[in-house]
Amino acid sequence: MSEIVIAGVGGQGTVLASKLLAKAALLEGHAVRTAETIGMAQRGGTVLGHVRIARENNYGGARTGSHSDLPLSPLVSAQSADLLIGFEPGETVRALPFVRNGGAVVTAMQTLVPAGAAASSIVQGYNGAAELAYLQGCQTTGRLGSLMVVDGVAACSRLGSFKALNVLLLGAALATGSIELSEQALLAAIDALVKPQFRELNKQALAQGMSLLAAQGDLEETRS
Amino acid sequence: MSRELCMGNQALALGALKAGINVAAGYPGTPSSEILETLDVQVKARGLTALHVEWSTNEKAALELGFGASLAGARALVTMKQVGLNVASDALMTLPYLGVKGGLVLVVADDPGPISSQTEQDTRQFAGFAKVPVLDPSTPEEAHRMIQSAFDLSEWHATPVIVRPSTRICHGAVGLDTSYDYVPHAVSGFERDPRWVIFPRRTYEGHLELLSRLSAIAADFSASPYNALINTHATAPAHQGIVAGGISYAYLHDALLQLDDLASLRLFKCGTPFPFPQTLALQFLEGLREILVFEELEPVLEREFLQLIGRHQLKVKVFGKLSGHANLAGENSVSLIARQVEALYGDNGFAPPLDVTPQTSTGSGSNPAAVAPDLPARAPVLCAGCPHRASFYAVKQALKGRPAVFSGDIGCYTLGNALPLDMVDSCVCMGAGFTVPQGMQWAQPDVLHLGFVGDSTFFASGLTGVVNAVYNQAQVTLCVLDNATTAMTGSQPHPGTGIRLGTHRAAQESTDVAGGESGTNAEGAADGEDAMGAGGATSAADTKGALDIPAVLRALGVRHVAQVDPFDLKAAQEAVREAVSHSGVSAVVFKAPCITVAPPQTRRGVDPGLCSACHKCIREIGCPALIVTSEKKARIDQALCYGCTLCAQLCPTHAIQPLQAAKGGGAA
Repeated sequence: MSEIVIAGVGGQGTVLASKLLAKAALLEGHAVRTAETIGMAQRGGTVLGHVRIARENNYGGARTGSHSDLPLSPLVSAQSADLLIGFEPGETVRALPFVRNGGAVVTAMQTLVPAGAAASSIVQGYNGAAELAYLQGCQTTGRLGSLMVVDGVAACSRLGSFKALNVLLLGAALATGSIELSEQALLAAIDALVKPQFRELNKQALAQGMSLLAAQGDLEETRS
Repeated sequence: MSRELCMGNQALALGALKAGINVAAGYPGTPSSEILETLDVQVKARGLTALHVEWSTNEKAALELGFGASLAGARALVTMKQVGLNVASDALMTLPYLGVKGGLVLVVADDPGPISSQTEQDTRQFAGFAKVPVLDPSTPEEAHRMIQSAFDLSEWHATPVIVRPSTRICHGAVGLDTSYDYVPHAVSGFERDPRWVIFPRRTYEGHLELLSRLSAIAADFSASPYNALINTHATAPAHQGIVAGGISYAYLHDALLQLDDLASLRLFKCGTPFPFPQTLALQFLEGLREILVFEELEPVLEREFLQLIGRHQLKVKVFGKLSGHANLAGENSVSLIARQVEALYGDNGFAPPLDVTPQTSTGSGSNPAAVAPDLPARAPVLCAGCPHRASFYAVKQALKGRPAVFSGDIGCYTLGNALPLDMVDSCVCMGAGFTVPQGMQWAQPDVLHLGFVGDSTFFASGLTGVVNAVYNQAQVTLCVLDNATTAMTGSQPHPGTGIRLGTHRAAQESTDVAGGESGTNAEGAADGEDAMGAGGATSAADTKGALDIPAVLRALGVRHVAQVDPFDLKAAQEAVREAVSHSGVSAVVFKAPCITVAPPQTRRGVDPGLCSACHKCIREIGCPALIVTSEKKARIDQALCYGCTLCAQLCPTHAIQPLQAAKGGGAA
């Protein structure tokens, strides 16, 4: 059983990210249930994707109505997610209550400042620093098993598209080992779900995301 | 068998295809919209010429049309969200008296929470009021099977049938075998019969008929595969049971996986809330002394049990919403139900009622490291480049300093309520944007009254309000926000576009038979409403029959009708000033396409040398692409800018300029 929450802002591509995970899980023969935010919140509001993946032999979507030991809810429960992929630091912190103790977080570094910003004093000082510090604190105390902070802007600039952040983060999460899916399955999911003209970009984004962990590791070694 | 990722709405559409439906109609509304969109994709991809799919002008039209198809002996599917049933209710209330011929099934999607709705009304309760059987799925897979059964049920008992998925069913996705054979139902043709004409005498007879029909259906439901008694031979604790309906059964099921000592409690899964399966319920109650009921929205099942227990004088205590032991409003969840079961049954005693304050996702105390920072509220906003922003801004500027009330309506433009626009003073329901200002005007004539209605809403529910204003000579200005689509629900076409579902057979690039592949848009961004918008912005479509909104307004008797591009700020302001000075009913049509159906224009950037850091652009229009740099200057996020030019038009120092294509890429 693998429980994943994807948190972001409407328009960032969270729906495709959860669909790719779910499709890859299906391609690997797992069972899957997802739930997504569709509706008003997609206009720049907080959006959440829930993905629950389990091996078919202990997961039974089709057997609704019998009381088996197979989960039926499409939603990840509080303190249950093995992995949280956050597209924006504030949204990552907002979704943190979903993560189980010792769970993994992969988050983008850059903030999206809510529109109508002048209205709120919280917003005026909002740059993500406090959120990232808080997440790092959670890792220090063991609340989180792992934390990976991704410079989405730098990576997307290399890719030449800011719209590839979603798949970039999937690649980063895949490299941390907190998604029990193969790269091949995710590539096949991109082939199945993404329009031909954007497949190559998304595949590059996945590869770029996967390479970030190694790069981060090198960096830390250099520092120490 | 190929398993595809399939959302509940797609599962419902595929189930309807397996049932051989001949006609499908509906009006868009979250969370129901993807059902018809999936059918549209299938019609086009598979060339299903025997299936007519349409977006009707509103839910009432869709249901009446569905009934017409049924009278002709066809199988008809009608889809809507829960508040759409309010619009369709005039027809719905009468149909059970008449009965149906071909199967007539309504999918009415409820929205506990609510996530995207104006009410938390419960369609199960509406079904009971209308005396129409209702099926309540607990998973997308069950919804897929239920809709097929619903058509059989409708024909066996000659009654309309409602399937009511809730948001988590509609928008939840699972792996499903999406292969199907479409064998259209054989259409037997209309036969004249006096029973198709409602008259008071016929109503009396029909009333008795439908009551006996409901008794028969209730008896059938006691043997329905959608109901289940679970752990009936459980040993302990043998006197306690739990009832759950719809998605709450899925939550209860998972909650009990966590509560080992309670996993053998006797359960009643109810998938057929009305007419209530009393025989099965009595069987469930045998030997029980307490039951706990989980359901979202209204305590429908709880009341049925109270009634049944009362009539049979059973000694069973009923715990649920009415006793304060279950959530009164909003959604249920696994953890909430686990806590509530534990609280009542955990120590085998009667626990005091829970604090039923809904859980929020921002829990506290889960982090031993530090106090979580205060997070900025992130309410939904009008998109960068949205023409509604320009329209509202033009009206606001044009009427600056003059007392005026702005009545809003249902759609993206309700978001014009947010600061800094602050241009929606009321919002009730579809069409009220044109009628509320009329009433206010009769009561308070010394203030300007303007009503705002979107283009799809104009056709769905606005027309009668226009006629009312003209007929009664109200002093109001009616503003139509025409963005060429039904934007909030995912860019569906409407009568003003002339684009129809199923009318062109251009093979769409699609590897996903269920049609949800449209959710995998482009580069993967913009998981906006277009995520599921399979049926929406189709290009090269046949647009014959597009209705021209200014012509409609004139034909309805509005003397002063102006049409203006809201992105021409000066012209738009002038049009507003002129309209409000007109005596009697006036109208302004703000016409510019939604960013989901139009390509971006040349993006704008801020020249930091010219920007005086006055922040007028940021303070006045609330565009999400406008941000402040560390030097306090304005900056335009190029990933969001759509090149609408509104900010450039109001910048006092002309610092906002078109960007050369070569300068693109990074932020400007």
